[in-house]
Amino acid sequence: MVVPSLKLQDLIEEIRGAKTQAQEREVIQRECAHIRASFRDGDPLQRHRQLAKLLYVHMLGYPAHFGQMECLKLIASPRFIDKRVGYLGAMLLLDERQDAHLLITNSIKNDLSQGIQAVQGLALCTLSAMGSAEMCRDLATEVERLLLGPSPYVRKKAVLTAVHMIRKVPELSDIFLPVCAKLLHERHHGVLLGTITLITELCERSPAALEHFRKVVPQLVRIFRTLVTTGHTTEHSISGVSDPFLQVQILRLLRILGRNHEESSESMNDLLAQVATNTDTSRNSGSAVLFETVLTIMDIRSAAGLRVLAVNILGRFLLNSDKNIRYVALTSLLRLVQSDHSAVQRHRPTVVECLREPDASLSRRALELSLALVNNSNVRAMIQELQGFLEFCPLDLRADCASGILLAAERFAPTKRWHIDTILRVLTMAGAYVRDDAVANLTQLIGGAQELHAYSVRRLYSALAQDISQQPLVQVAAWCIGEYGDLLLEGSCEETEPLQVEEEEVLALLERVLQSHMSLPATRGYALTALMKLSTRLRGDNNRIRQVVSIYGSCLDVELQQRAVEYNTLFQKYDHMRAAILEKMPLVERGGPQVDEEAKESKEAAPASTDPQASKLLDLLDLLDGTSGDAQQPPPLDPSPEGTLIHLLDLPCAPPALAPIPNLKVFEREGLQLNLSFVRPPGTPALLLITVTATNASEGDVTHFVCQAAVPKSFQLQLQAPSGDTVPAQGGLPMTQLLRILNPNKAPLRLKLRLTYNHFGQSVQEIFEVNNLPVETWQ
Amino acid sequence: MIQAILVFNNHGKPRLVRFYQRFPEEIQQQIVRETFHLVLKRDDNICNFLEGGSLIGGSDYKLIYRHYATLYFVFCVDSSESELGILDLIQVFVETLDKCFENVCELDLIFHMDKVHYILQEVVMGGMVLETNMNEIVAQVEAQNRLEKSEGGLSAAPARAVSAVKNINLPEMPRNINIGDLNIKVPNLSQFV
Repeated sequence: MVVPSLKLQDLIEEIRGAKTQAQEREVIQRECAHIRASFRDGDPLQRHRQLAKLLYVHMLGYPAHFGQMECLKLIASPRFIDKRVGYLGAMLLLDERQDAHLLITNSIKNDLSQGIQAVQGLALCTLSAMGSAEMCRDLATEVERLLLGPSPYVRKKAVLTAVHMIRKVPELSDIFLPVCAKLLHERHHGVLLGTITLITELCERSPAALEHFRKVVPQLVRIFRTLVTTGHTTEHSISGVSDPFLQVQILRLLRILGRNHEESSESMNDLLAQVATNTDTSRNSGSAVLFETVLTIMDIRSAAGLRVLAVNILGRFLLNSDKNIRYVALTSLLRLVQSDHSAVQRHRPTVVECLREPDASLSRRALELSLALVNNSNVRAMIQELQGFLEFCPLDLRADCASGILLAAERFAPTKRWHIDTILRVLTMAGAYVRDDAVANLTQLIGGAQELHAYSVRRLYSALAQDISQQPLVQVAAWCIGEYGDLLLEGSCEETEPLQVEEEEVLALLERVLQSHMSLPATRGYALTALMKLSTRLRGDNNRIRQVVSIYGSCLDVELQQRAVEYNTLFQKYDHMRAAILEKMPLVERGGPQVDEEAKESKEAAPASTDPQASKLLDLLDLLDGTSGDAQQPPPLDPSPEGTLIHLLDLPCAPPALAPIPNLKVFEREGLQLNLSFVRPPGTPALLLITVTATNASEGDVTHFVCQAAVPKSFQLQLQAPSGDTVPAQGGLPMTQLLRILNPNKAPLRLKLRLTYNHFGQSVQEIFEVNNLPVETWQ
Repeated sequence: MIQAILVFNNHGKPRLVRFYQRFPEEIQQQIVRETFHLVLKRDDNICNFLEGGSLIGGSDYKLIYRHYATLYFVFCVDSSESELGILDLIQVFVETLDKCFENVCELDLIFHMDKVHYILQEVVMGGMVLETNMNEIVAQVEAQNRLEKSEGGLSAAPARAVSAVKNINLPEMPRNINIGDLNIKVPNLSQFV
């Protein structure tokens, strides 16, 4: 006794009755077992019912692969009811990745040639849904035959099936191309629609086909006119527009045919103008046609007046109250902004208005379009608007908005100060969303704008004091404070409000950054290095800094620990080098490898005047046949900070090299004395470090002290910035300056010095060559 | 090209799922869920276009949807389709359903899922628009329904009638049927056997 299986409706009732997911699963599993049993040995007349149930549970997400063979059996059955469900099952369950799909090829062939109209329709539908390349090749001739058959219903399905076949097997285009000309004479809209689609597909795939179909442009124009003017078949009209789908499809084909082709564009000009001006856009369908017309006008070689009309139509749509129309208008304008930039610019205010839309789709489009419209003349206003948008925009747009603003600022910044301000504002508002290179870009920018150092550091300090959570901002601020800390404490800067900052405050802030749990390890690194740099910039004693640095010597983070240990060493054993090492950074090459903080300074770093001296230095050097010291590049250093310091740390504990080279007194005048001390680091035999020390035993201060040096051509000379330009009277703090000399050829060293200073109210200049240089300095 | 047509209710339960591009089953279910979540977030008075989710295609694809009472109709299309045109297409489809089911409601779609597929097959085929004339679509669907009915019911009847006549054993029938007063003489029908 066979248990009568449920009808589809009953099964659905049961499933809906299930209160929980588990119950539903149970019901379905039970029913699937029945279905499987029925497939094996059940009544063939009921098979269609079983498959229908199976397709239902498949939609709900349950496995249904065991029904695949049943589809084949049902398709082979003579009954329409079986075929219907069988073909549906084939479309939903079979796919070309399984070999079973080829088995239906034969059934489809039979149905295509002998079946009644409805059955042919089913077969074509299935073929266009899941037909693989082999199937298409097998059945192409059948489909071609049906294209010219008696029934418009079958013809229209055959045409779309042909489109699918061409997509799968492009060579089949040759079969379907000849018949298109005939099909264009169709009266039936469905067939016509399919034909236009087919021709579009053919033209998109092959330039030869494109050429071939250019000659039907007049015919297409005629068809279109008939559609529009005679109010052709009212049954195809949607909201008063007769067959807008067909109109849109024809317009699209005209666009492809007229692109880059004068003659075709000419012949469609009138039609496009007519449509653009006469289409009623009170309903959606009219707007659809009008949009397509605008896009076509912009894409072909149309008259200038027509283009202006088209862009104006889009501008009008931007003001429409219907959000869908606004969206499509924004999308179309985005497509045009590259080719017709000035025309789109005219609508900039409206586009900016759209930024304020609460609708996320619209504001996203408006954002893209706004960014594309930024140019030199409107950059200030636009960036202002965009920054306003950044503050309130939805989170998924923040990253795009931030990077868009930064890019636009980079391309069109009117002044450096504006640029720095803009980046600062973006970092404050959306710091978490900017790209990683924003920090590098900003430091590069600030470093390069010397006149803005004071301004930048003040603004960054204020921003940092308010909020230490935005990592990119914190990193830039820390770097800046480290580099230009002296400018921060100095006094007033006329471009910002007067800011009285105490040393202790600065140190406290940096320590806060170091300790905050919001700071990333990279940020901590920046802060630690900044603290270290401040040890030379600030005038107070460095106890606080020393303390912090020594604490971090046992930090768990390896990177921080290493830095702290190195800095500690710098405080203890290499204190005399600290000033030199922590000097201001040179401008980094854009995009080049990051030069470390310990990179040696170039000669221009001395804040005192250097430019007028350049010519005199040349005179000096002519005597020695040496190149200008200014023009020399510092020798390329080991880029990693660890590397340089490791070299230093590799030195034996006693600072001088193997055999100490005796100091040399080179100059003496009225109490001002100049001494040279020499160091030859053992790791680099070609290197000689000379420290020039100026002491003043007299009654009067020596001010504006500048020391310059020159060496023969084969040497490389590098002057560090001096520790100061004043040598106080009566044995006050001596001034030191470090000279680095590279002597790869081990040539005899010759050194000439030039001193200029003020002493006792007189300006003094002295030039002399250093004699009696010890042999050890160059051998 | 239309990639997929999805119909689900306000709770995300699928009522019609049709893909015109091959996806494995799990991905299909994921897409339905993801689409539902995207569409649910939308207010009622904002535009009907959504950039597509991450699973179905890439940046080239959009979701165009319409909300009717308890159902969302979502078409996932690529950039070659006119957005406003698809909005009209959804309307055509729904109106056709209305004509075929007579004031269609969600229950109709639930219990006649297969019929809804057949109707859809007359509107969209292989991811392309096939027919937009509602009368034609409805006429075709009704013709097919009639065809189905005629097979199941009437087509069986003549076969049964013939087999019934074959089973009549005419010679065995009584010559005289005596029911009280009536006396019916049964003619000799042997020549018809």
